[in-house]
Amino acid sequence: MATPLLAVDRLTMRFGGLIAVDALSFQARAGEITAVIGPNGAGKTTVFNCITGFYRPSEGVLQLTHADGKGFALTAMPGHLITGRAKVARTFQNIRLFAGMTVLENLLVAQHNFLMPTVINGLLAVFGLGGHAQAEHIAIEKAKLWMHATGLTARADDPAGSLPYGDQRRLEIARAMCTDPELLCLDEPAAGLNPRESDELSDLLVRIRDGRDVAGRSSILLIEHDMGVVMRISDHVVVLDHGRKISDGTPAEIRADPKVIAAYLGEGDEDEVAA
Amino acid sequence: MLRDAALSALVAFGLFGPMIGLKTEVGVAAIELHTRPIAVLIAVAAVFFGRLGLLAWQSTRPVQKAAPGRMADSLAYIGRYLTPIVLVLTITMPFYAERYWIDLGILVLTYVMLGWGLNIVVGLAGLLDLGYVAFYAVGAYSYALIAQNFGLGFWSCLPLAGILAAFWGVLLGFPVLRLRGDYLAIVTLAFGEIIRVVILNWTTLTGGPNGMSGIPRPTLFGLVFNSGGGKGSFADFFGIEPSISHRVIFLFYVILGLALLTNWVSLRLRRLPLGRAWEALREDEIACRALGIDVTVTKLTAFAIGAAFAGFAGAFFATRQAFISPESFTFIESAIVLAIVVLGGLGSQLGVALAAIVMIGGGEMFRDFQEYRMLIFGGALVLVMVVRPRGFLSGRTPSVSLGAKKKIGANLMTEGHG
Repeated sequence: MATPLLAVDRLTMRFGGLIAVDALSFQARAGEITAVIGPNGAGKTTVFNCITGFYRPSEGVLQLTHADGKGFALTAMPGHLITGRAKVARTFQNIRLFAGMTVLENLLVAQHNFLMPTVINGLLAVFGLGGHAQAEHIAIEKAKLWMHATGLTARADDPAGSLPYGDQRRLEIARAMCTDPELLCLDEPAAGLNPRESDELSDLLVRIRDGRDVAGRSSILLIEHDMGVVMRISDHVVVLDHGRKISDGTPAEIRADPKVIAAYLGEGDEDEVAA
Repeated sequence: MLRDAALSALVAFGLFGPMIGLKTEVGVAAIELHTRPIAVLIAVAAVFFGRLGLLAWQSTRPVQKAAPGRMADSLAYIGRYLTPIVLVLTITMPFYAERYWIDLGILVLTYVMLGWGLNIVVGLAGLLDLGYVAFYAVGAYSYALIAQNFGLGFWSCLPLAGILAAFWGVLLGFPVLRLRGDYLAIVTLAFGEIIRVVILNWTTLTGGPNGMSGIPRPTLFGLVFNSGGGKGSFADFFGIEPSISHRVIFLFYVILGLALLTNWVSLRLRRLPLGRAWEALREDEIACRALGIDVTVTKLTAFAIGAAFAGFAGAFFATRQAFISPESFTFIESAIVLAIVVLGGLGSQLGVALAAIVMIGGGEMFRDFQEYRMLIFGGALVLVMVVRPRGFLSGRTPSVSLGAKKKIGANLMTEGHG
């Protein structure tokens, strides 16, 4: 079997005495949508924060391998390089857009490292040097493609903060995709969406996975509570409970796993697994 | 309503009672304490009826929310015509104004430049800097020291002063930029004081409280400005009557040029990736990090570029005054520049210029009312913050657009968290 895109090995995250993630191991393969599910407080977002460099894990190894064989040990990288070099992009559970900037500006900020490889480069641009105008043109074209893919073209010049909720969710995904990621980490992208919007989102994610009708492709790591979305689009599901992995497999396997049903029904707060 | 007014009057009594009611006077043997019940009564009554009147006015007026978008639009509309008018009036000023007004113009323009420089740090990048005057001081002392010790002229020292100030900006930035909001503000405040205290106490280098004098004046391509004329002077070269006002006019155009340079660079940067990254940083630092932007480097560039412009302004200040002392670089200067930026509207170039004209120019004109100056100043600040919390001209224009650029109201923008 080929090297997985992301290999999480015995990842442990402690906050003082609290063990949020306990010796978690799983793999996410290239070209797949891997979903991480589990009851509230299971440690899903903590795993994401470790992968994207917002937390430094207490123990464990996170190994990312690109298609061309380049490997990155994410635990040893500063946060901004995880996006810049290792090509891991993320969205947030509570949307974090640049609300006062337009949709187009949001997508251009995401291409910062392409537009401005060095500070010197950025300063030279003040005097019209450094090939900035051409780079900006390419960046705007790419932003246009992503606005088209997410149905935001008509809102290009509107401030992101004025968009409806569903559009903001899609814009955040488009913005993350503008960093050309190998792995796109989505933290509850369907939260707060109505059924129709959820369907559109599922469709968008599958298109991103397959590189169909969109400007780029990426493998996806997904945290989601909406089991409808998870079961429909995931290729591989990892179930967490209290920081441990309780199950790992295809959606069909997960649905049949008694431990998963116990974790959800035992908590008494979700019965969506049956759906 | 009555109860509210009575409560206000009670608070006023508590405040004014000791402050106005008691007065110490030098008596025959010792200091005597006099009471002034009438004065207190007047003050309390004024508060009582004032509050009552205000409440009555508020209750008769239907509650309506002003449309911020509409107001921002109309202000932007005015701004489009105001900018060229102000610019033309400024450029032609030496032709119609008297010496006093040109001197005042130089002072105002210095603050406009400082305001625009600080606007990069506070308005664009959202970093609250309370020690901006430190870089102004670094610029001024850099020029004075280099000129006196190495004999370089103003024009060769000007870039050096900017570079040195930027260098200090980076030096300060490295340890403190991981702090946010209030913490950053306090550390920058402390840094401003450290620079001033070092200058004050390093007597052998800076002359300490005595300051430095005999700082060389700027030249125009080697032509000096002096009242006596003589060989190699500006007046001699052009064959005109030597006059001290030539130098004043020259200084006026120098600072105008420097201020316009500051404006041009910051407007240009706003449209470039670096400036956009600054604004994104102001909006949401965590999202920036998630997009692979090196937050530290981006903040440092904002700090350094802002500091460089303060350094230029400092060098100009030194050459204009020909004398500098630590007294010119106290915290109140930082506070005034920050007030100009906040009043004018964070990120708004015209707003900052107008605020500088009102605050510095107005302050100078009301010099006769010395005692009430701070009162009016404070009142104006409170008023603007109540009526337009984001500054006089707030909101932003997108840096890039596919169709027509729409003005973005300030209500959507996020303030910096440091």
